Amino acid sequence: MSQCLHLSGSLAGFQAGRRFQSTGPQASARAAALREAHGGFSFELTDQQKEFQEVARKFAREEIVPAAPSYDRSGEYPFPLIKRAWELGLINGHIPEDFGGMGLGIFDACLITEELAFGCTGVQTAIEANSLGQMPVIIAGNDAQKKKYLGRMAEEPLMCAYCVTEPEAGSDVAGIKTRAVKKGDEYVVNGQKMWITNGGKANWYFLLARTDPDPKCPASKAFTGFIVEADTPGVQPGRKELNMGQRCSDTRGITFEDVRIPKENVLIGEGAGFKIAMGAFDKTRPPVAAGATGLAQRALEEATKYALERKSFGKFIAEHQAVSFLLAEMAMKVELARMAYQRAAWEVDQGRRNTYYASIAKAFAGDIANQCATDAVQIFGGNGFNSEYPVEKLMRDAKIYQIYEGTAQIQRLIISREHLGKFKQ
Amino acid sequence: MHRSSEVKHVASYLNTRGCECFGQPCESHCPVLTDRTIHVQLKTFIKIRVKPDRTGVVTDGVKHSMNPFCEIAVEEAIKLKEKKLVKEVVAVSCGPQQVQETIRTALAMGADRGIHVEVSGKDYETLGPLQVSKIFAALAKKEQADLIILGKQAIDDDCNQTGQITAALLDWPQGTFASEMTLEADKLKVVREVDGGLETIKINLPAVVTADLRLNTPRYATLPNIMKAKKKKIANVKPADLGVDVCSRLEVLKVDEPPQRQAGVKVETVDDLVGKLKEAGRV
Repeated sequence: MSQCLHLSGSLAGFQAGRRFQSTGPQASARAAALREAHGGFSFELTDQQKEFQEVARKFAREEIVPAAPSYDRSGEYPFPLIKRAWELGLINGHIPEDFGGMGLGIFDACLITEELAFGCTGVQTAIEANSLGQMPVIIAGNDAQKKKYLGRMAEEPLMCAYCVTEPEAGSDVAGIKTRAVKKGDEYVVNGQKMWITNGGKANWYFLLARTDPDPKCPASKAFTGFIVEADTPGVQPGRKELNMGQRCSDTRGITFEDVRIPKENVLIGEGAGFKIAMGAFDKTRPPVAAGATGLAQRALEEATKYALERKSFGKFIAEHQAVSFLLAEMAMKVELARMAYQRAAWEVDQGRRNTYYASIAKAFAGDIANQCATDAVQIFGGNGFNSEYPVEKLMRDAKIYQIYEGTAQIQRLIISREHLGKFKQ
Repeated sequence: MHRSSEVKHVASYLNTRGCECFGQPCESHCPVLTDRTIHVQLKTFIKIRVKPDRTGVVTDGVKHSMNPFCEIAVEEAIKLKEKKLVKEVVAVSCGPQQVQETIRTALAMGADRGIHVEVSGKDYETLGPLQVSKIFAALAKKEQADLIILGKQAIDDDCNQTGQITAALLDWPQGTFASEMTLEADKLKVVREVDGGLETIKINLPAVVTADLRLNTPRYATLPNIMKAKKKKIANVKPADLGVDVCSRLEVLKVDEPPQRQAGVKVETVDDLVGKLKEAGRV
């Protein structure tokens, strides 16, 4: 069903780099011959993937790029852009076809995400939060829940959110304190969530709360995942937080005060929450890595354009090796980050556990996004520090990629655990 | 020809080819197009190079896509269908295998089916407006089309001939450089952009219309429509099947880059300027 699965078995769909793809008949014949010769490993995208990427690219460059600076300044939620993206089918792509979506694989979603992030990562994060919120329902919801909560996302441009983080617990998910107590056919929830993307705009939330109060109960049994309608009495979104970057994205604290959730809205069952929350990450980390790569690509392109226009000491600054080496290193990082997220996405689409690759991709992409953004500002020089030029925004936007969706440090924890685990076998 | 208040058939002809350069949304590619401002956002600043043997330009490895004026034509056709003024939109393109991608784009925008007229190799390199018009005329008769909409010109060769020649071959009226078109019963009201301003004409159907920039803003293909387009049919036809001979009667003698812009000369005073101009024989 997913576009990636159809390239089953040995073929891998990768992007053939950003340089102009040859579409001549000789090039296609050569590519086909190569695939035969090498037995399958391929960096070729399907025609449909290329078309999807083209739509996303066009939309990002024509509609997101011009609007991004003013959304960044005002912090206003970019709903018109989100609505447009929804109309074009660029978001909610991974909702299964039975529920009104296109059933795209993670790979296709990543291709689109990278393009949108190129335009503005604030807009792209607002959109990505939808995927994050929906993923628990997609992987763990029953048909009724999927129909109700995914179906409505396909019918109108609605937002949803993923409520796990708390003021006192981010990386330590098992340390969350929000309590859900069963009372008859309902659960009563009390607690405080923080840094929830789309917190103030969501139509519904995926909520992780502790159902077993016994401190000795293991994390794998103590938490439950719920779907909460945002207009449930007692759900109180806080004020919109003013952040360093991705400023148009709506991030808030949310207080849950005696919120009653019907038992039909429990995902799988009591105690299954932790596994669901973690399982969602394997599918959402590759797109986050893709977003970081999109930002890094933007940094690279802006810096390159500038370096070919600005002159110093009688030549274009791109002709000074110090600058061209900076660009070369940015290019290296962008290409590698892209390959990393594509591998992670492809692995999960093949039906395999991709935790190792997903963490590598997210860790690497987050780090290089920051490096490339900083280097871009450096190449712009004094102009780079100024808000009239696009790169200072990239630097501010990039930082969060080392923090959300698993901090850079947590990713290293995961990678080392996976790596040592493989070694010990 | 069946004529009713509902136009049966709109054939939207896509020009993806040019003469030497394939149709591509780039304003700075062709040596002859220096100062056009086509407000096509999807600019790809491809540096076009003349082939060493000066018979044309290098096309290998250059991305080809739908001519922007043809996008506008497709959009207009689909709008007519959405208003239920036409029953079916058929997208046609002449060229080698790659043009199928372009036809697919038209299908993703909303065309119902496609026709790919296969022309490849040497024939394709010499394919020009006259042969294309003959093909379109033959197809229009075969498909019993009531309306043909094309882009006013291809942005690589800028010929601006196909629409007009097609109309002449079919002996149909033409509304060229259309910035507005309205279907009124079995007549077409076309507002044309002409040098002196706007000219409004009323022509009978069947007719040929060529789209100008301000006719509409083409829609994006949405992702669901791209997926649906895969199920739509593209028929394959050869020019010979339509009784058309694609042999060209034109021979390109040579293709050159425009002369390099010479550096200017700075002068200090107005007198110097007048002196230099006199020297150059300009005053």
